[in-house]
Amino acid sequence: MWDYTEKVKEHFFNPRNTGVLEEANGVGDVGSIQCGDALRLMLKVEPETEIILDAKFQTFGCGSAIASSSALTELVKGKTLDEALTISNQDIAAYLDGLPPEKMHCSVMGREALQAAIANYRGEEWKDDHEEGELICKCYAIDSALIESVVRENSLTTLEQVTHYTKAGGACASCHEKIEEVLQRTLAAQCSAPAVKPAEKPEPAPAAASAEKPKLTNLQRMRKIEEIIESVRPMLQRDHGDIEIVDIVGKNIYVNLKGACMGCALEAATLGSIQQKLFEDLGEYVRLLPASQLEMAH
Amino acid sequence: MTPIYLDNNATTACDPAVVAAMLPFFTEQFGNASSIHSFGNQVGLAIKAARSQIQALLGAEHDSEIIFTSGGTESDNTAILSALKAQPDRKTIITTKVEHPAVLAFCDRLEKEGYVVHKLGVDGRGRLDLDEYRSLLNDRVAIVSVMWANNETGTIFPVEEMAEIAHARGIQFHTDAVQAVGKIPIDLKRSKIDMLSLSGHKLHGPKGIGVLYLRRGTRYRALFHGGQQERGRRPGTENSTGIIGLGKASELVMQHFSTENQEVRYLRDKLEKGILAQVPRAFPTGDLNNRLPNTSSIAFEFVEGEGILLLLNKLGIAASSGSACTSGSLEPSHVMRAMGIPYTAAHGTIRFSLSRYNTLEEVERVIEAVPPIITQLRKISPYWNEATNSPAAQAFAPAYA
Ligand SMILES: Cc1ncc(COP(=O)(O)O)c(C=O)c1O
Repeated sequence: MWDYTEKVKEHFFNPRNTGVLEEANGVGDVGSIQCGDALRLMLKVEPETEIILDAKFQTFGCGSAIASSSALTELVKGKTLDEALTISNQDIAAYLDGLPPEKMHCSVMGREALQAAIANYRGEEWKDDHEEGELICKCYAIDSALIESVVRENSLTTLEQVTHYTKAGGACASCHEKIEEVLQRTLAAQCSAPAVKPAEKPEPAPAAASAEKPKLTNLQRMRKIEEIIESVRPMLQRDHGDIEIVDIVGKNIYVNLKGACMGCALEAATLGSIQQKLFEDLGEYVRLLPASQLEMAH
Repeated sequence: MTPIYLDNNATTACDPAVVAAMLPFFTEQFGNASSIHSFGNQVGLAIKAARSQIQALLGAEHDSEIIFTSGGTESDNTAILSALKAQPDRKTIITTKVEHPAVLAFCDRLEKEGYVVHKLGVDGRGRLDLDEYRSLLNDRVAIVSVMWANNETGTIFPVEEMAEIAHARGIQFHTDAVQAVGKIPIDLKRSKIDMLSLSGHKLHGPKGIGVLYLRRGTRYRALFHGGQQERGRRPGTENSTGIIGLGKASELVMQHFSTENQEVRYLRDKLEKGILAQVPRAFPTGDLNNRLPNTSSIAFEFVEGEGILLLLNKLGIAASSGSACTSGSLEPSHVMRAMGIPYTAAHGTIRFSLSRYNTLEEVERVIEAVPPIITQLRKISPYWNEATNSPAAQAFAPAYA
């Protein structure tokens, strides 16, 4: 099961300050739809000094949700409201000697309950503004909601940029595929399929070069095709797409178009312009076809 | 305090007789089954024997219909992918919302690659609607994949009937029988099932070994390519110890078939009734009249599963939860959600899954242990009113993030 610290286990098995606080004058009810956890925090605040005299909680949730709630009540007791408001979710997690990344949201829920209870005491309306998404990077506890907003705000387009801005994917790297999915999803709205620009002008071929081109061996030809495809990949990748060769059968080159290019109205156009480049560089007529047609051919 | 293991749908203890059957093939007969020298000349025979033990367990017509794989996940993936590759003009898959991730996650991936996936829904008891099923069959469907029994609730699906229906329409039918094998009677030669997955570690065999049953004549494309092992349908040097262990486990599971259906069922029923008699606001989930004899899934309302498991674990009792918080994902079980179980109950679902190794004393200990744990957790649940021992009068409705 989870790798809980001794402190978490201790607060789960013997939670402090549980139950209903009859004299509460500030109550915060919050929940996380993601995990289905819910927490009611009850505070007894001394009006003159705004000191939290007592705190109790009731929690519906997993072991770490209960432990986080218990830790929260211990942390706030004796503090003034303003002092209490400086407690961050990291403070709650640190009090417990850390939480597994999947469970960091339990500490976030604790902090929100505190804000809600204080708002309730002050007669203010509390609105939760944080969004929760699927946990993507377990090493740094980064969820999809954070990645999406950072991508939008900073116009990020590559995995490397996401790692640079959020740290997501920067350690064990096993979430790279998921990050790419979030990236694609976020950018899908502006589906700018990569029209392959004639990037660098090809070296002007010496006159009649193609006529003199020595005939390539099969292997040389395959290598050459690979080389050409490799050379257009960075362009596609810049637009969140990619291409890979699946098979070469005579004049037919079967490829997989991936990412933003796939299924786009511009898929055909993309293939068309890569095919053009292949003719030119290879000096022979070839057809570039989606790999799905290879299955049909078999 | 000896520990009590009630998590047999997750995995089972390897039978000591299985271990004994495997050992010589680690140390003495370690040779490659394809070699002719004396280090391996018994291996081929032993694999052949294992193959016929499994043939007998499944009631397969030919032993060549048994293909050894690395387990349930590989068999499930292979079956589905094979059907798509072997029939490239058919791009639709029909499955259910309550499959194991070995089918569901793979179908989600295939969907991203452009295939069409229909997931049949279930009713509150986890049952499929066969009319909906019939209405989805057409000649674009490459394969139907429906589990024989559900791993969370034990609910049994009418796969033999569904296979007949698919067969009549010329559609391949696969069933994930990982939980069903050894617990319900299976006689494949009398069915129209084309492919079936089973996994060694669910039947007191070793882990990392499984079978894909492939009916003779079914169009097939291998997942891997390499040597001629398994007639080229699943190349790679045989996991000979695993295969031999699985063969032995299959033989034992056939011998214990009635134990599983009588004694284990009796213990399961006793456990379930014992707990439900003492805990208010708790209910069993799934199709109670049509489920595996060893499985009980109980939803405890207004408490969360992980807390229950941690407290049970402290008492040496191992069970599992369909709840979000133990599985690594935060979502409550897709099976509970498909049955429309409300969040506050879905999160508190505990699965007790027994085996032939459990005893009456163990069951009695668990019946005693569970009620105080639920009381203790409800005491601190905002949805519960301790004074009245019932749900809070004023429904708790938090601001959701
Ligand atoms: C219904 C079902 N299918 C597939 C699997 C996966 O089997 P394996 O662990 O052998 O890959 C399991 C077990 O986890 C299961 O319960």
